[in-house]
Amino acid sequence: MATKDAATKAGPVETSIREKLTTLLQPAELTITNDSWQHRHHAAMRAQGGGSGETHFSVQVVSDAFRGKNTLQRHRMIHSALSDEFAQGLHALSLKTKTPEEARSA
Amino acid sequence: MFRSALRASTSLSFAVRRTAAAPRATALSPGLQFARRYLSNDVRQKIQQAVQSTPVVVFMKGTPDLPQCGFSRAVVQVLDLHGVPPEKMKTFNVLEDSELRSSIKEFSDWPTVPQVYINGEFVGGCDIILSMHQSGELENLLEKADVIPKIPESESQTQSSASSS
Repeated sequence: MATKDAATKAGPVETSIREKLTTLLQPAELTITNDSWQHRHHAAMRAQGGGSGETHFSVQVVSDAFRGKNTLQRHRMIHSALSDEFAQGLHALSLKTKTPEEARSA
Repeated sequence: MFRSALRASTSLSFAVRRTAAAPRATALSPGLQFARRYLSNDVRQKIQQAVQSTPVVVFMKGTPDLPQCGFSRAVVQVLDLHGVPPEKMKTFNVLEDSELRSSIKEFSDWPTVPQVYINGEFVGGCDIILSMHQSGELENLLEKADVIPKIPESESQTQSSASSS
């Protein structure tokens, strides 16, 4: 599976996002990017002393599980799976959710 | 144009007593674990009125003139790009109201801000608004909702062929 960036030191939040989305979606592709460093100086992150370094992520995921669902529903699936992470300080999650067909035609 | 939207930007003043004793957990989706399940009917009603008060309602960080977050900025810019008139749009700054900030997440069953409502319906956050903007869906939705005037067919065809080349 496309776990390219698993080799670079993924933090506990990133690891847990990867595990949960893999279980939920059996993705054909899953790319998780930690964008937290770009947001260290935002008011909300400053309040947490710069944040944990795992507050902002981008996720690109290709999965059959999205078939027949609109973007809102796809995002909600992922939000539900990551509710613990959101409760524990995950602050922003940018999502690109595609079915294999959509990924091919893009 | 967002000067006046800013003026119209209202803050929901919540003097809220949370009904912590009776979380109404039953009807809620599992996704709601990120929000505390204490949203009172009172608050729910206020937000409901807010999202129906104007065709376009944005819950954001900061104001259109001074967004405090890149995602909020992007959403406001896209709406501006489509020429959403200030009188049809209201923005709420969640940073000014911590009650609203947590309540809106539960109300929409959506863990992040910004959040966009069109004609009282939750449309999505930044990613969804941007991708709808790119696909043309946002324009359609805004036209259907009578937020922006429809462009006559012939004109829009020339436009789309011009932009796709």
